[in-house]
Amino acid sequence: LSSSIENHRTLGSRTIYVGHRPCPANEVFIPPKFCDNRIVSSKYTVWNFLPKNLFEQFRRIANFYFLIIFLVQVIVDTPTSPVTSGLPLFFVITVTAIKQGYEDWLRHKADNEVNKYRVTVLEDGRRIQKESEKIKVGDVLEVEEDETFPCDLILLQSSRDDGTCFVTTASLDGESNHKTHYTVPDTERDVESLNATIECEQPQPDLYKSLGPENLLLKGATLKNTQSICGKSIIAFFTGTILKMGKTILSKALVCTTLKYVWQSKPGQDEPWYNEKTLKEKETNLYLNMFTDFLSFMVLFNFIIPVSMYVTVEMQKFLGSFFISWDKDFFDSEIEEGALVNTSDLNEELGQVEYVFTDKTGTLTQNNMEFIECCIDGHQYKYRDASSEVDGFCVTDGPMNTVQQKAGREREELFLRALCLCHTVQVKEGFIASSPDEIALVQGAMRYGFTFLGLESKTMKILNRTNDVEMYELLHVLNFDPVRRRMSVIVRSISGETLLFCKGADSSIFPRVKQEEVEKIRMHVERNATDGYRTLCVAYKHLTAEEYDQVDSGLREARLALQDREEKLMAVYNQVETGMNLIGATAVEDRLQEEAAETMEALQGAGIKVWVLTGDKMETAKSTCYACRLFKRNTELLELTVRTLESPGKRREDRLHDLLLEYHKKTVQDAPPAKTRVASQDYGFIVDGATLSMVLNSSSENNLHDYKDLFLQICQNCTSVLCCRMAPLQKAQIVKMVKNSKGSPITLSIGDGANDVSMILEAHVGIGIKGKEGRQAVRNSDYAIPKLKHLKKLLLGHGHLYYVRIAHLVQYFFYKNLCFILPQFLYQFFCGCSQQPLYDAAYLTMYNICFTSMPILAYSLFEQHISIEMLLENATLYRQIGKNAMLRWGPFLYWTLLGVFHGLVFFFGVWFLFSNPALQDNGQAFGNWSYGTIVFTILVFTVTLKLALDTRHWTWINHFVIWGSLAFYVFFSFFWGGVIWPFLRQQRLYFVFANMLSSVSAWLVIIVLILLSLLPEILYVVLRKPRGPYARQKLVQSSAGGIQSPRSSARPLLMRTFSDESNTVS
Amino acid sequence: MMASSYNAKEEDGHHSGASSGTGLSKNKKPDNTAFKQQRLPAWQPILTAGSVLPAFFVIGLIFIPIGIGLYVTSNNIKEFEIDYTGVSSDSPCYNCAKNFTWNTTEPCVCTVNFTLLQPFESNVFMYYGLSNFYQNHRRYVKSRDDRQLNGDLSALTDPSKECEPYRKSGDVSIAPCGAIANSLFNDTLVLYYVDSNNSKIEVPLVKKGIAWWTDKHVKFRNPAGNSNLTLAFRDTAKPVNWAKPVYELDPSDPDNNGFINEDFIVWMRTAALPTFRKLYRIIQKKSGTTPTLPNGNYMLNITYNYPVLSFDGRKRMILSTISWMGGKNPFLGIAYITVGSICFFLGVVLLIIHHKYDNRNTSADIPS
Repeated sequence: LSSSIENHRTLGSRTIYVGHRPCPANEVFIPPKFCDNRIVSSKYTVWNFLPKNLFEQFRRIANFYFLIIFLVQVIVDTPTSPVTSGLPLFFVITVTAIKQGYEDWLRHKADNEVNKYRVTVLEDGRRIQKESEKIKVGDVLEVEEDETFPCDLILLQSSRDDGTCFVTTASLDGESNHKTHYTVPDTERDVESLNATIECEQPQPDLYKSLGPENLLLKGATLKNTQSICGKSIIAFFTGTILKMGKTILSKALVCTTLKYVWQSKPGQDEPWYNEKTLKEKETNLYLNMFTDFLSFMVLFNFIIPVSMYVTVEMQKFLGSFFISWDKDFFDSEIEEGALVNTSDLNEELGQVEYVFTDKTGTLTQNNMEFIECCIDGHQYKYRDASSEVDGFCVTDGPMNTVQQKAGREREELFLRALCLCHTVQVKEGFIASSPDEIALVQGAMRYGFTFLGLESKTMKILNRTNDVEMYELLHVLNFDPVRRRMSVIVRSISGETLLFCKGADSSIFPRVKQEEVEKIRMHVERNATDGYRTLCVAYKHLTAEEYDQVDSGLREARLALQDREEKLMAVYNQVETGMNLIGATAVEDRLQEEAAETMEALQGAGIKVWVLTGDKMETAKSTCYACRLFKRNTELLELTVRTLESPGKRREDRLHDLLLEYHKKTVQDAPPAKTRVASQDYGFIVDGATLSMVLNSSSENNLHDYKDLFLQICQNCTSVLCCRMAPLQKAQIVKMVKNSKGSPITLSIGDGANDVSMILEAHVGIGIKGKEGRQAVRNSDYAIPKLKHLKKLLLGHGHLYYVRIAHLVQYFFYKNLCFILPQFLYQFFCGCSQQPLYDAAYLTMYNICFTSMPILAYSLFEQHISIEMLLENATLYRQIGKNAMLRWGPFLYWTLLGVFHGLVFFFGVWFLFSNPALQDNGQAFGNWSYGTIVFTILVFTVTLKLALDTRHWTWINHFVIWGSLAFYVFFSFFWGGVIWPFLRQQRLYFVFANMLSSVSAWLVIIVLILLSLLPEILYVVLRKPRGPYARQKLVQSSAGGIQSPRSSARPLLMRTFSDESNTVS
Repeated sequence: MMASSYNAKEEDGHHSGASSGTGLSKNKKPDNTAFKQQRLPAWQPILTAGSVLPAFFVIGLIFIPIGIGLYVTSNNIKEFEIDYTGVSSDSPCYNCAKNFTWNTTEPCVCTVNFTLLQPFESNVFMYYGLSNFYQNHRRYVKSRDDRQLNGDLSALTDPSKECEPYRKSGDVSIAPCGAIANSLFNDTLVLYYVDSNNSKIEVPLVKKGIAWWTDKHVKFRNPAGNSNLTLAFRDTAKPVNWAKPVYELDPSDPDNNGFINEDFIVWMRTAALPTFRKLYRIIQKKSGTTPTLPNGNYMLNITYNYPVLSFDGRKRMILSTISWMGGKNPFLGIAYITVGSICFFLGVVLLIIHHKYDNRNTSADIPS
């Protein structure tokens, strides 16, 4: 049980009164104004939903545009009725409102769950149950085991004797281990009558620093839900298309208006005797007339941007995303869950990813440490059996069964005791520790016969090889910190010996031990590091009674210091951790995720650049990169870290400058042209957090603002980039920098912990892994998958297909409306530019909604131009659609030309036919509505058959909707023209369709024009070799040629010498 | 199915803040159905030169004969066209055209002589053609009231606003209202055959069967409730430019009078293009072998009521025979021959490609 005080994280330094009892010493009590503890991630309330939602919706340029068109139709006398655009708009707005309302309702539900969470508050000595949202700043809370902190807390009292508590911060920083927190000293008194104030500093965005105060408990960070952002490439294309189409409409309307007035200026044309204007029209101002004419034309041509395109795209995205959550390949039997789609707006972005930013711990690796081997006095002890590896010093075999070539028994036991004692592990149904490495070490010692039994009232118990219990009094723990990169314990054995055991990174241990021991161990450490293991060195020291007394008093003094406590402690630590004896080193493996290497290889094969962003140390991260095959044997590593910047006689800034220029020259300037890139040198780039901030914050100095550019260019020319020692915000910075770089590439972030949330939110596509480390990443992601290996199918399979589908959808929509409206435009030249619609209003309205929408929707949901297996097998296929390949100028031009060609064929084909409108065998003639109906029939059939030609994957659904749509069109036309509709003012289409079908000429012209329209398409398909077979054929060759990289062993053999810096406990 | 799955998904996504993540989710394994796994059985057509080739040849071989057939058919249709607008001073109708006024009681009649070089067999159809007449102008097209024309009594006395400015004459509503009705083509054409004796024989012109059957019998109806058309239309005024009211369009035949007058119905079907023709009369073929219109001299007697010069229009009279494909129009034949030839040509090109790159194509045919 731990009692605590709330400390709300608000901006600015504040004074908080514990338990709302102001200190009597305070002169003036100003009731502090803090916001309440409520979490609001929902957007609407019942009252503001309608206005706010409508406002939001009409802020979208497309909706606003359609609203304007609708209003124009209402106000101005236009050729089509307001219903034609009002109805679809109403439909779209309603559907979107319902969808958003539902999503917001879910958010309300989730918020309530958190806000109504019951907490126990100590108020005037009584325990009161309160809802989480009603917690006020200054309340004293009681939190039981396994409860989540409902807010930020300060630990005042704990049920544990030593005034500590263990906290997992999995949901905050992604580390699933237990962290020890201490009560505020001198609060042993009864908390119920405590009078205290807290001066709290300004909250820091840097999570690592904020975690520093060890008695501050941070609330489980609940980050706001991701604002749904729409797919970038599609939106860009949408906007681009709309602008282009907008221009087309404007220019068409302008042309027509001008022509109209030119035509009218001829005497007798504007107002022939048979067609006089109404009185009102005559009286209106000429310019006003021009303006309304212009608007009318716009309304007539606005069908080229149909509202229904948005509906269809939204539907495609929404329905299409189900295939991700339905995919059984994403199902993980361990956590019993499949993939999760939080937003459906980004499906196609999955096919466009150029950069993948991945977290290391928990994403690439399992964060599951395993003790691999150790080295005692230069002798290697490998736990695994059957290894014949030859090392410079000893032959490896089973554990400790031979005396020969082994360290002395005494040294062995000393080493194992050190492992058993030098840690902060707690025993509680297994081991609990703040670092998984420590557990691995304790477990490793257990394998060799030394079992740590636990810590009881400052006494550590060890079960040794002879099954005796050894007792050690724990005198001091010299905690690990990232600056010292080591930790120590001071213990006293039964015999009264005072010992200091220390373990830490080689770089921090080696200078502090007797030098003659170092060389024997260094070799092992370096070899282990190259193999991708995390290594630690272990040392010990005897302390005499005087020495100990000195240390003891020093430590006590420092701990009680009110100022510069940290510095003082550090000084004592450094003083005592000198002159130690090196005993040995350990190697711990951080296991890779399932198929991590294969996945990374596939991503690289797909032309995606993988960046590893980790808070871990460089060596550890580097070894993981090697293990994941991100760095290969022939990869040349460029390092830009604190270490490489340290060079004698030079300022770090200058060194940074030199290095950047050198690397830039190497990667960018000397790089061979893109065509021959295949055979060129692979570069890997390593940068650390400190250097990165130097690069990013260098703008204050002169001529340094282009560092960022240089840096970015280097990065972009490297196959893999490793960024280590990153704070979560730096991760986001990196993502942002790449995202905003030239060409604005699509970025994807993948991570599993809360420390990845910032980069998940920053990237275009955020992927959360449903790992062990809480749900923050999953909640803030766009897609969540159970395992890293699923990323491959998500991108290469689903992403590829979605992109192809939606790109085709958008372009097809554009095309079919172009050839829909072009005849309409051309008709203006033959009707005195009078805005006379060519098609009946029913056809205008239904074209996009009913006649041609379902086939393309089915296509965009089910098309597999290349089978998923093929896509997964051949990662290179992903490159074909890279850089928005299907929505670039080339394909756009193709679709435009096709649309124009079809429009011309439809209109003029029928125009030639109508040079003699007597088309029936009884001599009767056809009128304008027959003309429109024939054009429309050809149009519907052609665009549908064009889609049929594009379809590579005909499921029964495709058959059903394609043939069904055509049948529906015919049926509808008969029906529509077969009845005198009482609600219609004009029975324009009465029996027009039936009469058309009774004319042989109409049949013949429909057939020949459809065929003529499709001819180029058929030819194109045949000659181009459609993606499917051609790609397939190419692949057959390529796989035969063995371009695919061979499956090398997961651990590459490296002859690279690592630097003196090595791995430490994190 | 979809909805339930969506719910499950959302529940999962909006997990409460607690970090104890797993547990609650049960039986979330996605269904292993072909649909959900995107494994529906599918037909994957692959268009290659090999498979398209025969199609091209077949299309070519079908289209070219059809085209030739169409072309020949169209060529066999006899058509005679004469412009009687009266633009030039030597034209017989020059005076009528020039001196046209609306309020004249004396109709101007002119006669145009012409010669048919070939006899017209079978039924001959007489059309009038207008040029530069924008029957498809939006203001014009909408200026009608189909309710009124369908015999709706309320619309008869209160026509639609669309009919403006041809909606009311003074306070009395116009029947039929609107610009289309108002501008009804009212030239009267009478055809005489001048035989070798120089005597005029009037060619019998049938004025029924020129409008769509559905228009005549369903879409257009005289006002109900009164068999006497004069009474039925008594509260209405005649269109401004008409010489006589609607119930006197064809007093001789009650089945062809009022709104269901076929000339009127034909006019009300607005033309698609500014140059158009409309069926005027049918000359029934005679029994026996005598041609309907033997070759020789003819006289067209025109009662010139319809002014077109004010908007630079033209008027024509067209005599035409009809085939199964309608009137004379070489376009279809040419189109079919062209498309057929293109297909055939492409077939040949593809054949060459197919042979040249044979290996490539066969390897491309490997199914997935």
